Amino acid sequence: MTAPTPALLLSGITKRFGALVANDSISLRLDQGEVLALLGENGAGKSTLVSILFGHYAADEGTMTAFGRSLPAADPKSALAAGIGMVHQHFALADNLTVLDNVLIGLEPLWRLRSLAAPVRQQLAEAALRFGLAVNPEALVGSLSVGEKQRVEILKALVRGAKVLILDEPTAVLTPIESAALFVTLKQMVGQGLSIIFISHKLDEVLQISDRIAVLRAGKLVAECATAEATKPQLAQWMMGRTLAPAVYPARHIGAPLLKLDAACTHGHPKLKDVSLTLHSGEIVAIAGVAGNGQAALADLLCGLVPLESGNALIDNKPLLRSPSSCVDAGIGRIPEDRSHIGVVGDMMLWENAIIEDLQDARFTRTGFVRRESSQQHAKKLVEQFDVRTQGVNVPIRGLSGGNIQKLILGRVLSRKPKLIVANQPTWGLDVGAVAAIHERLVAACVADAKGSPAAGVLLISEDLEEIMALADRIAVMSRGQLSEARPKSEWTLELLGLAMTASTDHEVTRAA
Amino acid sequence: MRLEPKLVDAKSQTRSIAVASFSAIAFTLVIVSLLVLWAGAPVFAAYAALFKGGFGDVFAWSETLTRATPLILTGLAATVAFKAKLWNIGAEGQLYAGALAAVAVGGLHGGEGFDVAAPILFSLMILAAMAAGAVLLMIAAVLKTWGRVDEVVVTLLMNFIVLLLVSWMLDGPMKDPAAMGWPQSVALKPELELAKLIDQTRLHTGLLIAFGASAVVWVIFRFTTFGFAARAVGANVNAARFLGLPVARTAMLTALLSGGLAGLAGAIEVAGRTSYVTLDMSPGYGYSGIVIAMLAALNPLAVVPAAIFVAGMLVGADSMSRAVGVPTYIADVIVAVSLIAVLVATMLTRYRLRWK
Repeated sequence: MTAPTPALLLSGITKRFGALVANDSISLRLDQGEVLALLGENGAGKSTLVSILFGHYAADEGTMTAFGRSLPAADPKSALAAGIGMVHQHFALADNLTVLDNVLIGLEPLWRLRSLAAPVRQQLAEAALRFGLAVNPEALVGSLSVGEKQRVEILKALVRGAKVLILDEPTAVLTPIESAALFVTLKQMVGQGLSIIFISHKLDEVLQISDRIAVLRAGKLVAECATAEATKPQLAQWMMGRTLAPAVYPARHIGAPLLKLDAACTHGHPKLKDVSLTLHSGEIVAIAGVAGNGQAALADLLCGLVPLESGNALIDNKPLLRSPSSCVDAGIGRIPEDRSHIGVVGDMMLWENAIIEDLQDARFTRTGFVRRESSQQHAKKLVEQFDVRTQGVNVPIRGLSGGNIQKLILGRVLSRKPKLIVANQPTWGLDVGAVAAIHERLVAACVADAKGSPAAGVLLISEDLEEIMALADRIAVMSRGQLSEARPKSEWTLELLGLAMTASTDHEVTRAA
Repeated sequence: MRLEPKLVDAKSQTRSIAVASFSAIAFTLVIVSLLVLWAGAPVFAAYAALFKGGFGDVFAWSETLTRATPLILTGLAATVAFKAKLWNIGAEGQLYAGALAAVAVGGLHGGEGFDVAAPILFSLMILAAMAAGAVLLMIAAVLKTWGRVDEVVVTLLMNFIVLLLVSWMLDGPMKDPAAMGWPQSVALKPELELAKLIDQTRLHTGLLIAFGASAVVWVIFRFTTFGFAARAVGANVNAARFLGLPVARTAMLTALLSGGLAGLAGAIEVAGRTSYVTLDMSPGYGYSGIVIAMLAALNPLAVVPAAIFVAGMLVGADSMSRAVGVPTYIADVIVAVSLIAVLVATMLTRYRLRWK
């Protein structure tokens, strides 16, 4: 018997953006019926590579074949025809349509009278049986949980005849339980002959799900190995090009109450219902929860974006005012969830973003004019202190990577010596090195230092349970706008947290029933 | 065909935008030459006449610059508003409101007008004109900020309201009794009229005011905290709000500045060229301002050459028409095609075009 044709064969793929080489002569093989993990930090070139594969970009050099047949460059249609399906990190679904309609979009030719609804409904039922991808075809996509939406994306690809599935950071948006369910599905799929490329920067899940691992770093394929032979430290070393010392955080002293929420309610979707919480200086309290359960409303309240409807909110024993600038003045350091679109103004210069919260500050403005010299000096200082990788301070911040933007935001926040830091998903989507740097800074901010910075308190809103377990003193779980009591970390385990997060959401309850 | 983002730094981007603009205009002339050929005229002779008529001698330059004066100001009005993403389509109406206010303050009512020293009255006249334009745009900005009413619709429709108002004024309260039934306002007091820059031409000192305005707007956007906030609001209003910038106040100030510049254009036209308000004093200067702002890629300094280019085309078109017999509409086509070409070219400075 001859060896089966590989599902995909890439050879010598090179892609340049200006001076940047995003993919440097990458050759890769995906066998039929295997899970290949594409591991790498942000900016390593993973997304570029799969975009080339899927026909979004044209490679400057190199060739691709799918099941032995040559794949034309930059042609999504032939990629689809060759059986390549892609599940993006950000779903491309219409919330106001049903699952069935979402799958049908683009399948039905305009001029045909007969709808494909019946056969597709049949296919969906089959897929549910074969792969455990059960979704009600008549449900509105907008009412589905993130995990269910992801299933719809996978179903879309399968109905279009995908034999190779590319999943871009599929677990980034999932709870631990949903991730486990996804892994079961993926195993069933490869068991039935499908091939999968699984893109991730999380070592644990890569080791758990894949058969083979390819590691990208700075656009180059640095290593390839069977998962059975891989070890975590070795993978981390390949991925980062160096080893990472385990984090040791300084001891903290829990001080006086800093933030007091008492039966706080807001409008919004979902709104906060009777949220009560006390946070002390020097303390890190984490809010765990599945996305969309009111964490945004809580963050918006503390950032001055939404008003309190009823209840009390005190910061340092003074009522919290509703305006972003008064929250900044009250000593709240705000790290927003959407760092690139809310945390900075992308089209403005790095130095302008460094002082954008300080336009009242005499150091940076004088009689209505911006003091460019001292502002740029300040920005340079932040860039240096917080290790922001940039060509300079006089460049649009849009060009920086997410991790570097986040480091600048953190620098901007910490340079104001805040009393309370509201960090909403501070490390979401960042690479290991940036995550470690940000964690270290957040913990350090909770310790009073010799230079007169007070010990801050940190409210950490995160969907990353490992992050929460690593940093928090106390943990509260948010669900449908309500916040559980914040209990010490020692009373929680990862499993308990996962259960508390999911057990009370509508969809999980109905699915379990 | 697809677009891929290019990685560029700020400095080389400015340079490549400048290169792109000039090559876009060259491209435009090539495209339009087809139309000239179609009209049955020799291309080189037509273009020679066009440029000679627009820029060929002192007189051509004086006419071009006279036309460019209000265009610079309306171009700045659009630039200021668009930078803060306030879509002011109403510069035409604001210009007329300014012209009307200028005559209301500085006009020869009952044959004599207000008895105030000329320099003071001139300042009051300019202030009134700017205030009139500013208030007009403020209405739209207030409705936008607190009522979520689309400012494009409001400013556009207000143009018609203002024109009807002007029409009524010219036939009623501000009618010039000496005009023999011609619809025009009372004239400005002679001592308020702007001096001529060159004798025997229409070119007046309003041009220097327009140059000054361009520099002032540039300074405002580059160096002041208001300019900082306006750029932030324009680039990303959600981030600006989150970061604590005074979004509403910035929108109001932007409206004041933009409307004020358009109103100033009206006053300068009256004081420098027409002496009184007529219903046809602006052949769409307010709308051309939008084109000029886009041609200038919203750079206040680049508004000056952009306005001179547009004015030169419009002035030169008459000469071309006389010399080789092609319609003057060619000038409008040149301006329109060059706008599209410049927009495409500036996009290509940020994206690379790929044919698969």
